[in-house]
Amino acid sequence: MAALLEVRGLHAQYGATEVLHGMDFTVAEGGITTILGANGAGKTTTLRAVCGMVKRRGDVSFGGRRIDALATESIVRLGVAHVPDGRGTFVNLSVEDNLRLGAYTRRDKAQVAADFERVFAYFPRLKERRRQQAGTLSGGEQQMLAVSRALMLRPRLLLLDEPSFGLAPLIVQELFEIFREINAKDGVSMLLVEQNAALALKLARDAYLLETGRVVISGPAETIRNDESVRRSYLGY
Amino acid sequence: MNTDLLIHQVFSGLASGSIYASVALALVMIYQATHLVNFAQGELAMFSTYIAWSLLQTGMPYWAAFFATVAVAFALGVLIERIIVRPVENAPILSVVIVFIGLLVITNSLAGWIFSYTIKPFPSPFPEQPLFGNRYVSSHELGSTAITLVELALLFVFFRFTPLGLAMRAAAQNPMSSRLVGIRVGWMLALGWGLAGALGAIAGIMVAPTVFLEPNMMSGILLYAFAAALLGGIDSPGGAVLGGFIVGVLENLVGSLLGTELKLTVALVLIVGVLVVRPSGLFGKVHVTRV
Repeated sequence: MAALLEVRGLHAQYGATEVLHGMDFTVAEGGITTILGANGAGKTTTLRAVCGMVKRRGDVSFGGRRIDALATESIVRLGVAHVPDGRGTFVNLSVEDNLRLGAYTRRDKAQVAADFERVFAYFPRLKERRRQQAGTLSGGEQQMLAVSRALMLRPRLLLLDEPSFGLAPLIVQELFEIFREINAKDGVSMLLVEQNAALALKLARDAYLLETGRVVISGPAETIRNDESVRRSYLGY
Repeated sequence: MNTDLLIHQVFSGLASGSIYASVALALVMIYQATHLVNFAQGELAMFSTYIAWSLLQTGMPYWAAFFATVAVAFALGVLIERIIVRPVENAPILSVVIVFIGLLVITNSLAGWIFSYTIKPFPSPFPEQPLFGNRYVSSHELGSTAITLVELALLFVFFRFTPLGLAMRAAAQNPMSSRLVGIRVGWMLALGWGLAGALGAIAGIMVAPTVFLEPNMMSGILLYAFAAALLGGIDSPGGAVLGGFIVGVLENLVGSLLGTELKLTVALVLIVGVLVVRPSGLFGKVHVTRV
């Protein structure tokens, strides 16, 4: 299948410190790719580099179009939604306003109204709390809100930064079930960064293992999941 | 003091309070987006008032000149953000403060150079006779308060109920997340400067008939507006508006009870008092930083 996101030789740096040293990876159209690695390997930076939040160089193509020189907001407008590290909640605004902001760039009002119902169907809890200030939500609810806000963009590609972080196992299960559903039903491609490797490898089709800013192993998620030595030396389970 | 005089003082306090409220709101809008106080806010308002005066000199009808000036002030605000403020976006706070002070001095001198320091009368669009035969409040006081209230109501509706208003609030609160939903944060900041410029222009035009037009006409008003913004809470738009009215009334009452020399002192006492007793103001958020 054709690649929706194609990354070649991606470097990224914070100030003078280079964190990614030439990464190659792809996300297939309609596929789910996961990037795994330890703390500090550069997972979050990879997502930030894709959508222009850090200084980067290298080739990044989205839907056949180079995006490595575009500003974050322009990349988002092409259909790349990012569920960032720390969830990026607008804490002083209501849940509803947070979702409305997710659809800020869209002009198809009727469709947006339908999408409100769609995300509320995925996360009924948010519907109950739609008028509540988003900062008062629990961690799990804020993660649901972050995913919902990203979905309100009607993205072609969803960047997920450690969605399981800090959540109770049951909520994580539920969340990943919904990712699977969104991918299958709406055809949204995903780039998932996770510390919970077992979970990520079950959801994803392709996987990359990142070590200090370099891809060390890549392949189908299933192969990596079943490779005992990789599992033991890199994934630790 | 007899009751009639008291009522009169309260009303004219509310009238000048409405001016302070507009300027205070302009300060708060810039503060929310940049966490800095724009010291040049008053001078920009003064300069806009001169633009209105020039337009009136050409024989343009009052309201046409009014709206044209507001539009020009808006554009000027946007331009200043894009050209002068943007390059120092990531500079240390002190550098930006210096830029603002420089802007203040330059605008002031520019106005003096172009229009001279001679004090000029400025017309009021309202009749000279008090409206509705009342004894307490002049037509200009009533009219300018009404205009300010309409302007504040429009702003409230804009920020509360329009997608652009929501995006501006979002951009001020959380620029990174705003970019991630596709908001062009830079332009939202510029828009904020434009709105602040327009607010200042209206305040300048409304206050000019009372204080007369000259390059230093806004310096006192900026001080009151600053006191109002601090009193209400520098990050609370509603607080700034209420603070404006409180400062206006307080200043008038103190002026008539203790003598007009003490008017400006009210503002300074308020500024120091609020900063000492309750730095977050009446409605502002208390900020706690983990260190």
